[in-house]
Amino acid sequence: MTAHHPAPRTRARVPAFVCTTASVRATALALAAAALAGCGTPPAASPPPLGPAPVIASPDTHQEADAMRVSTLDARRVDRAGFGVDALSLQQVGRLGYARWVDEQLHPAPFAPPAPVAERIARMKIVREPLLVRLRDEAAVKKAADGVADDEQKKTAQQAYQKDLYVQADEATQRWLLTAVNSPNQVQERLVWFWVNHFSIAQGKANLRVLVGDYEATLRAHALGKFRDLLEASAMHPAMLRYLDNERNAAGQLNENYARELMELHTLGVDGGYSQADVQEMARVLTGLGIRIDATDSKVKPQLQAQYLHAGALEFNPNRHDQGTKGVLGLQVPSAGIAEVHLILDRLSRNPATARHVSAQLAQYFVADVPPPALVDRMARRWLATDGDIAEVMKLLLTSPEYDASLGTRFKDPWAYVVSAARLAYDGDVVVNPAPLVNALRQLGEMPFGRETPDGWSMTEAAWASPGQMTARFDVARNLVGGNGNGNGGLFRVDGLAAPAPLPRARVESAAWLRTQAPRESEATRQALLETLQSHPGDWSWVALVSPEFMRN
Amino acid sequence: MQRRHFLHAGAAAALSLNATHTWATPAGSTLDTRLLVVFLRGAYDACNVLVPQTSFYAESRPNIGIARPGAGKDAALPLDADWALAPALQSTLYPRIRAGEVAFVPFAGIDDLTRSHFETQDRVELGLPLPGEHVDPSAPRADTTQGFLNRLAQELGARLDSDQRVMAFTDRLPRVMQGRHMVVNTSLARTGKPGTDARQAALLQRMYAGTPLERGVVEGLDTQKQVALEMAAEMQEASRNAISSKGFDLEATRIARLMRDQVRVGFIDVGGWDTHVAQGGATGALAGRITDLSRGLETFAREMGPAWKDTVVVVISEFGRTFKENGNRGTDHGHGTAYWVLGGGVRGGVKGEQVALTGPGALNEGRDWPVLNEYRGMFGGLFQRMYGLDAAALQRVFPGGQPKDLGLV
Repeated sequence: MTAHHPAPRTRARVPAFVCTTASVRATALALAAAALAGCGTPPAASPPPLGPAPVIASPDTHQEADAMRVSTLDARRVDRAGFGVDALSLQQVGRLGYARWVDEQLHPAPFAPPAPVAERIARMKIVREPLLVRLRDEAAVKKAADGVADDEQKKTAQQAYQKDLYVQADEATQRWLLTAVNSPNQVQERLVWFWVNHFSIAQGKANLRVLVGDYEATLRAHALGKFRDLLEASAMHPAMLRYLDNERNAAGQLNENYARELMELHTLGVDGGYSQADVQEMARVLTGLGIRIDATDSKVKPQLQAQYLHAGALEFNPNRHDQGTKGVLGLQVPSAGIAEVHLILDRLSRNPATARHVSAQLAQYFVADVPPPALVDRMARRWLATDGDIAEVMKLLLTSPEYDASLGTRFKDPWAYVVSAARLAYDGDVVVNPAPLVNALRQLGEMPFGRETPDGWSMTEAAWASPGQMTARFDVARNLVGGNGNGNGGLFRVDGLAAPAPLPRARVESAAWLRTQAPRESEATRQALLETLQSHPGDWSWVALVSPEFMRN
Repeated sequence: MQRRHFLHAGAAAALSLNATHTWATPAGSTLDTRLLVVFLRGAYDACNVLVPQTSFYAESRPNIGIARPGAGKDAALPLDADWALAPALQSTLYPRIRAGEVAFVPFAGIDDLTRSHFETQDRVELGLPLPGEHVDPSAPRADTTQGFLNRLAQELGARLDSDQRVMAFTDRLPRVMQGRHMVVNTSLARTGKPGTDARQAALLQRMYAGTPLERGVVEGLDTQKQVALEMAAEMQEASRNAISSKGFDLEATRIARLMRDQVRVGFIDVGGWDTHVAQGGATGALAGRITDLSRGLETFAREMGPAWKDTVVVVISEFGRTFKENGNRGTDHGHGTAYWVLGGGVRGGVKGEQVALTGPGALNEGRDWPVLNEYRGMFGGLFQRMYGLDAAALQRVFPGGQPKDLGLV
């Protein structure tokens, strides 16, 4: 099969099982039953005539049939590694085998969004206008608004300013979700979420809404690279400098906020062996690292001029830097300007406590609430042996026996639930408008860039399985599949872009479902699905998405 | 700082009809006591609700200050010698305040000085010692995954009947309610038809039977159903009485329905208090918010009916605002705030430790109200009286806290 069908790089609507009638649903269930009965080779389904027009060109009519040949184990491995399987990812793992699939995912080609998505992203202000331009504009608008004499007019002007900030944060959220749901680089997507959450910032503070899109894009570029580079990318980004107040950290006016979280949350971990004195010394090292959006440089004492740095919005101002010698984590740090920061980031990235702490968090996100200690140990050793190579550490994790042993037990956080539901229900359809997904995340309380505190969203089941959360999931799922499974048109309609006609229906009864969920359905779930098929077939996709099995991967 | 120590057990409290109310129910009997915590997120300007009667106040707020009682139509409402009240309370809670059912605790809050909304809210909700705070080593270990109302629920657990709930009237379970005790949550701000019908609910319960999430799903669906029933009753009454309420008032009506019947500990948050600009004085933006809030609270009190005597409502906020108005006729982030405590069995008046606001020396860092009544102490003392919790139980709710009985109930 492989030779005849070159691997497509994007999701495409494929017709193998596509139909809207209950009879095909019955076929799908029959396939599931066959798979459960241990029947190794599923019947080769001859594709019925094409239903809805493909959203994008080059549909591979054999994609779904290929997908059906993938082993359940591989399908579930892929299901967990990203935000859920689709026919494309199954076809890829079928073609490559799991080990090579992991390698490809860890070294992915850049995601080229399908045309309607690319067009939508290209129209965004955060894409059209460079960050510095937007920052300067916002500063000018804010200054003008604050200067209005009349109270009521001032309020109006300030509200207009806030609205513009909101638009930019909303664009950042939408671009991220469009990528997460449509990109075939699903391991990268999951890691991007992990890192943005690891180096968490909150859009509500000051003008961070202008910065969050760039922050996500910056971390994305390093999500599969060296941790050292990722750490620096966050440390030197204006979003982090503002969120954790390092822009206010100056010699004689220490602000320890970032220094503390850098060690507690981002690297060593709270038990990582640092003291309050280390926090203060770390803050001294970080003095002078801040933000300057003006094109001009700050005035600096002549003898310190060589230390001055101003690149984009980042500024290292030696006037504000503590020029004394510092002692951090047992290391003497002589005065050396921003080189001190680089030295410290080197040290932190290579510290065994960092290797352990971050490995444990990765394992919590990808494997279990309480990560297996032996796995964490091996990951930390790999970390130290590869100088914090994220792809290497992830390769170990994704091919570990602990990973396989945990499949099907991990409770999805709202983002994973919502994105995997959309990928499954609209397998092969290009989501061009993520607004319904954003609404779902709002309803479930896990808005991107919405975590107020720097610790990031919890990744454990306890945080997301409260009674209100579960009923909210049932409602969210209903909205995503639309009444009677007729689809949520909002996902496919954008002002100014032609919507596909007819709009895609939700169709959970796909190869992706059959290879991942169906084989581990409980008897109760199978009965519920069968009963629904007979009495309320329009509910079938909803029941599938709210089943206990779909809550986990 | 010159402090005055006085608990107003006098004039105002004497008006209370329920000064001898017995709160703590014996172990084994059904819990009648209800607690509702209302969190004003965004830091409301306490100083323009509970108005200090000093010339320093008037000097500090030339544009947004509220005039002394008797000084015309926008004047403050009289309370006692030191304090007056925002006129925005006139048409709503003021009669109940006069009847001694409302206590105010000025200089309340948390010792945290970050003046960050989120950090301070988080810390209040966790109810734990602050970083660096000296804690008795024998105190229970601080658990940062559970909020203090959940820990309270755990202490009350055995006294709650199977159909009595602990509930957050919010979309997401707030930190203060997170923890081991099963807390249900749902926002009552908008209630459409319940998404899941009876057949679908039964289907879900069958699918989840025997799974770890079974209990949560059953409780969640049951809550959704109960809320839908209450709302159906509301619709009937509304069409009969033609009441048209909205906003917090409407939510308060719905909360009262649930707290009358099933809910014993409840939580809701109300936003919109971060008045940096043009907050107004006797009228204006803040006065409007206060009117909405107090109308809702009055509605809640009335709707509770006979259960009001067993109910305590505590209104809190993360911190107060600057004593002086800023250059934008608003106020900035401050420190101490004023908590409100309402209930049929509450002993009204102004409570807790106080300082006379006669000059900058009385202020924290020269800019805002000090915190003299730490929130864990106040809640601890209140819970002790309401529930008869012993010292060990109170330590589990507020590790390292020092319960202080302010004579609120």
